[in-house]
Amino acid sequence: MPQSTGRPDIPTVLIVTLLTGPVLAGLMGTILPAFGYLPVLGYHSISPEPLVALLRTPGLMASVALSFGTGLIASILSLAIVLIFTAGWSGTRTFERLTRFLSPLLSVPHAAAAIGLAFLIAPSGFLVRLVSPWATGFERPPDVLILNDPMGITMTLGLVAKEVPFLFLMTLAALNRPHIRDYYKAGASLGYGRMSTFFKLVLPQVYPLIRLPMLAVIAYATSVVDVAQILGPTTPAPLAPRLVAWMNDPDLTKRLMASAGALLQLLVSALALLVYLVLERLVSAWQAARFASGHRRRRDGFARLAGLLPMVLIVALMTASIGLLGIWTVAKSWWFPAALPQRWSFERMLDAFGVGGHALFATLAIAVLAAGIATALTLWLLEARSYRKLSARSRVNTIVFLPLLMPQISFLFGLQMLFLLGGLSGTFEAVLLAHLIFVFPYAYLALSDPWHRLDPRYAKAAASVGASRMRIFWQIQLPLLLRPVLVTFAVAAAVSVGQYLPTLMIGAGRIVTVTTESVALASGGNRQVAALYALLQLVIPLAGFILAALVPSLAFRNRAAMRLER
Amino acid sequence: MSATPAHAGLVLEGVSVRLDGAPLFKIDCHIPPGQILTIMGESGSGKSSLLDFVAGFLRPVFEATGRVILNGEDLTHVPAPERHIGLMFQSPLLFPHMSVLQNLLFAIPPAIKSRSERRQLALQALDDVGLAGFSDRDPATLSGGQQTRVALMRTLLAEPKALLLDEPFSSLDQNRRADVRDLVFRLARKNHLPVLLVTHDAEDGAAASGMTHYLNKEQGGGCSTFKQPRVVSGDQ
Ligand SMILES: Nc1ncnc2c1ncn2[C@@H]1O[C@H](COP(=O)(O)OP(=O)(O)OP(=O)(O)O)[C@@H](O)[C@H]1O
Ligand SMILES: [Mg+2]
Repeated sequence: MPQSTGRPDIPTVLIVTLLTGPVLAGLMGTILPAFGYLPVLGYHSISPEPLVALLRTPGLMASVALSFGTGLIASILSLAIVLIFTAGWSGTRTFERLTRFLSPLLSVPHAAAAIGLAFLIAPSGFLVRLVSPWATGFERPPDVLILNDPMGITMTLGLVAKEVPFLFLMTLAALNRPHIRDYYKAGASLGYGRMSTFFKLVLPQVYPLIRLPMLAVIAYATSVVDVAQILGPTTPAPLAPRLVAWMNDPDLTKRLMASAGALLQLLVSALALLVYLVLERLVSAWQAARFASGHRRRRDGFARLAGLLPMVLIVALMTASIGLLGIWTVAKSWWFPAALPQRWSFERMLDAFGVGGHALFATLAIAVLAAGIATALTLWLLEARSYRKLSARSRVNTIVFLPLLMPQISFLFGLQMLFLLGGLSGTFEAVLLAHLIFVFPYAYLALSDPWHRLDPRYAKAAASVGASRMRIFWQIQLPLLLRPVLVTFAVAAAVSVGQYLPTLMIGAGRIVTVTTESVALASGGNRQVAALYALLQLVIPLAGFILAALVPSLAFRNRAAMRLER
Repeated sequence: MSATPAHAGLVLEGVSVRLDGAPLFKIDCHIPPGQILTIMGESGSGKSSLLDFVAGFLRPVFEATGRVILNGEDLTHVPAPERHIGLMFQSPLLFPHMSVLQNLLFAIPPAIKSRSERRQLALQALDDVGLAGFSDRDPATLSGGQQTRVALMRTLLAEPKALLLDEPFSSLDQNRRADVRDLVFRLARKNHLPVLLVTHDAEDGAAASGMTHYLNKEQGGGCSTFKQPRVVSGDQ
C-alpha cells in the first residue's frame, strides 16, 4: 500500500525546481542591475542611480497609468462579459453554438489577434473601406488615431477580444461538474430567475476554479508587450514595451534602467492584483448580504440580451480579423478605399512560405517539444501525487502558477543576463526552457481537473486483479484520459506558439519564430507578409486541436462510454 | 386561493413523453391537495423525466405532449421559476456556500420584507424539524438525515403549491428513512400540497398510503390502473 511519508516525491521536486529556479534566479538577475550591479558590463557598485534615472524618465507615470488601467480594465471587462453571458444563456442552444465558435478562438495567439484587429479597425482598415468613399467621402485613409490611441482604448479592446475566449473556456471547464444542473433546477424551483440562480447559487461554487486563471490574466494584461506594440499608444507607450526598447538600446546604462523598470512593472502588476482581490472581496460581501433578501429577479430578459450582445460582437470581431488576415495574404494590390483587393496572387504567399519556412519550423520544434515535455511532466506529477494520496489543493498548486502570476518581463530580464553569462543565450535549449516555464502551468491547468475527476475505482479495480502501478497508468488511466491529455498537449502547443517576450529575450534574435517575426513586421509597411506570418501562427495550434478531436474518436469508435468523456 | 375545490390539486392531462420518437410513458392523473401519488418503475422508464416535465425542466432531446394543470391554472408553457412547484432531489443539495440559516432565508418569498420576520420564519422552520440551534452551521457538517430535513424546510418556505420528490430518501439508512419520510408526508398534508413521489422502495409507497402508479410503455397510464403496492424483488 502506498505510504505517505514526509519525503517529497521526485516529480514534485523536479517541477518545483524547474519553475521556481528560473523565476527566482531571473528575479535576482533583475534586482541586482536595478541597483547598479552588473559586473559583465563593468558595473560593480551598488547605487540608486538606475532607479533615479528611471524616475526622471519623461512620461513614466503616464506609462505606469496606462499599463495599470488598460490591463485591469480589460481583465475585469473580460470576466464580466463572460460571466454575464454564461449566466443568461448557459444550457441554451445559443450558448452551445457560440461555444463552438469560441473554443477555436482560444488557439489564436495574442499577436495574430492584434494584427488582424489592426487590419480591421485601422483608418485604412476593412471597416472604413466598407463605407468609403460612398458614405464617408474618404478617398484616402482619414487622419484619426484609431490604432495606438493615446488612451489605450484599442489596446484594451484587443486584450478583451483575446482574454474573453480564455476565461470563457475556463468557466466552461469549471461548470462541467456533477450536480450543477440540479442547482439550476433548485434555483428555478424556488422561483429564482436564470441569472439570479447563476450568480447566487452556481458562481459562488465554481468561482474558486476561475480565480487563478483570472489572476493570470491580470498579471499578463498589465505587462503585455506584443499587443501593446501593435495596438497600444506610443506617446508614451505603456511600461512594458518601453522596457523592452531600453533593454535593446545601444546605450548600456539604459539596461540598468530597464531592470529598475522591470521591478516597477512587478509593483504595478502586484498592485493591480491587489486592487482586484479587494474588489472581489467587496463584491462577494455585497452578494452574500443579498442571499437573505429573497429577491427573485425573474424578469431578466433585458439583462440576458445585454449579455449576449458583447459576446456576439467579440466573436464577430475575431472571426472577421482572422478572415482578413487570410485575404491580405493573397492580395497583390489592395488600394484604399477598395473593400476587396484589386488583384490577387498566390505566388507571393508561396514565396513568403519559402522565406518563413525556417521560422515556422523553429516554432513547430519548440512547440512540440515544450508541449510534449509539459504534458508528460504533468502526468508524472499527477500520478505520483495521487498514488501517494497527497491532496490536490496544496502549495504545489500555487507554485505551479507562480510564473503566470508575475509579469514575464520582471524575471525574463534577469534570466537573459544569466543565460548570457552561461553562454546559453540564443540557443534552442534556452528558449525551450523559457517556454516550458510558461507552458507547464497551462498544461497543469488543463489536465489536473480531468485527472482528479477520473473515478478512482477504475485504478482500484485494476489493482484488485493484480495490475502493477505501471500497468494501471499505461493501460487504464492514460487511455481513459486520452482525450483530455491530447487537448492538454494542444493547449500547451498553442501557449508555446503565442510566447513573444521569452522568445525575443532569450532567443536574442538568433532563434526566430513566426510570432517574433509577425510582431516585428506588424509595424512595417508590408501588410501581405505581416498577415502571412500572423496566419502561420494559427497553423500549429489549429492542427493540434484538430488532432486532439480526431484521434480519440478514431481510437474509441466502438466505445460509446468514451464518447461522453470530455 | 382563488381555485374552486373542484379545480384544486395537480392534474396531469394526457401527459406523454417521447425520446427519439419512441414513447417513454403516458399518464393521466389528478392528485388532490394533501394526497400523494407514488410513481414507480424500472430504471430508465422516465420517472425523472416526468418530474422534469411537470416542473418545467424537460430537456430538448425529449418531446412531450399533454398539459400540467395546478389549481386550475395551465402551467404547461409557464417558465419553471413561475410555476411554484417545489422540488426535492436524491441528494439534499444544500447550497454549500451558505449557512443553514442562509439556505432557508434564500427560499422565503421577498414579499416578506422585514428582516426579523424572515429570520423568525427560518428559525421556526428549523425548530419544527428538530434542528433548533443549527442555524449557523455549515451544511456540509450536517448528517444526511439532518440535511434532508433542512432541504425539506427550504422547499416548503418558498410556499410551493405542489411538491415533487425524486427518490429523496434513498440516501438515508432504514431508521432515518422512516422518520424523515413520515415528516415529509405529514408536512405535505398539513400544507395541503399535492405530491408526486418517485421511489424504488415499495415501503415508501406503502407509507404514502395513497395511489401508486407504475410507469411503463405498454399500459397507457390512467390513474385508474392503480395497483396495490407490492414488494418489488431487487430488480435494479
Ligand atoms: N440527456 C439525455 N439524452 C438522451 N437520453 C436521455 C437523456 N437523459 C435521459 N435519457 C433517457 O431517458 C430515459 C428516461 O430517463 P429518466 O432519467 O427519466 O429515467 P428514470 O426512470 O428516472 O430512471 P432512474 O430510476 O434510473 O432514475 C432513459 O432511457 C434515459 O436513458
Ligand atoms: Mg431518475
